[in-house]
Amino acid sequence: MVDFAGWDMPVLYTGIVEEHLHTRRAASVFDVSHMGRLELLGDAAEALLQKVCTRQLGDMVTGQSRYSHVCNERGGILDDIIVSRYDDHWGVVCNASNRQTIVSWLELHKPAQGVELRDRTTETLMVALQGPAVIPKISTMLPLPVGDLKRYRFLAGEYFGIPYTVFRSGYTGEDGVEVILPASTAQFVPGLLGGEGDEILKPAGLGARDTLRLEAAMPLYGHELDDKIDPISAGQAWCVDLKKDFIGVEPMRQIAAAGSEFALVGLELAGKRIARQGAHISADSNVVGRVTSGTFSPTLQKSIAMGYVQREHSAVGTKLGIEIGGQPLDATVVSLPFYKKGK
Amino acid sequence: MDRKYSKTHEWFKIEGDIVRIGITKFAADELTDITFVALPHVGKKVTAGGTFGEIESVKATSELFSAVAGEVTEINKVLTDKPELVNTDSFNQGWMILLKSADLKPLDALMDAKTYQDMIG
Repeated sequence: MVDFAGWDMPVLYTGIVEEHLHTRRAASVFDVSHMGRLELLGDAAEALLQKVCTRQLGDMVTGQSRYSHVCNERGGILDDIIVSRYDDHWGVVCNASNRQTIVSWLELHKPAQGVELRDRTTETLMVALQGPAVIPKISTMLPLPVGDLKRYRFLAGEYFGIPYTVFRSGYTGEDGVEVILPASTAQFVPGLLGGEGDEILKPAGLGARDTLRLEAAMPLYGHELDDKIDPISAGQAWCVDLKKDFIGVEPMRQIAAAGSEFALVGLELAGKRIARQGAHISADSNVVGRVTSGTFSPTLQKSIAMGYVQREHSAVGTKLGIEIGGQPLDATVVSLPFYKKGK
Repeated sequence: MDRKYSKTHEWFKIEGDIVRIGITKFAADELTDITFVALPHVGKKVTAGGTFGEIESVKATSELFSAVAGEVTEINKVLTDKPELVNTDSFNQGWMILLKSADLKPLDALMDAKTYQDMIG
């Protein structure tokens, strides 16, 4: 167990590699209750979210979620979040480590009237069920048409008086759902999921969560994303609506026009050594970038990493050196993601 | 067992004027699945308290420290292809280096098995 943003969480249950592979082959359940869960109510809630989010939210329908960044005035990323449109309010799920930042930011920028912000984090729990066996399995367990739910859509309602939200989304590169329930139901959740001996659905911890998201090239705040980096340079221009006036848009318009100095790339290393965050990336003997995340990919059986490099060295196939143990080890820029389900 | 244990979870086994060094099962479990052990070349001179290599797992990379100064006389080459031996047999097949040392006194200050067991709790 480790302290993760103030939450006591398991790195693993049986083994990181074992849990990782089980997720790709069958199904794993991750307790992600540490993440921030906020609700915004009121007539001015949508406008507030449009003001702080890089993504266009105006055409979202009830039951839809979108990934977005929240940035400061300089265009630096404060957090990456999921915004969801319910019929009578908006939901925001944010990183545990940035929950206070986001709550304060929303409080700071909300108008005097028209927005009520509720932090529901400690009153709720959230579990992520991820893997190819999830949808078939829960379709038999829950009386909900989860199988018909499109990606980034959700179902919200009450079941015997218990409010639930089931999102078809995840952070592993596999199919699956993320479920929000009241914290008071926590003791019943393991039983609902098949219990300790279930052969299909097994618990997985933070270690596997990281190796899975890295294979799927999903960014992690504090690694690929932080307040010194803008979404465009982070390869996330797709979730930025430059035509919208949101906080931080001006610097981003300039970066988009001039082209970013840096690009986030995927790297495959020769050999088995693992690149760690902060390791220098070099071209010939010049430092041209740094590693943001690295691991030994359990699925691909290769050492993989993500990092920022100067744009001129970011083309797929470029040969670079990554400093490990005091020496530059050979690496090649590869296209992202490293892993795609169904391949 | 005639081993001594450091605060950084290395074990030291005296074999004449040679010291066999590895890491404990506790340390291997903390690292989780070990993917690579970077060992020094034979002949390398190690300082007391200095590092002799690195160990990598999917979770983290850690340095390996020697409590005694000496010269590396042998390294466990099997670990190149089977780094997982450090997880499965930390105290025997997972040994890492043999160090020829002229001064084994620093080992007196290390923990014995019971004290180490108390430390890891």
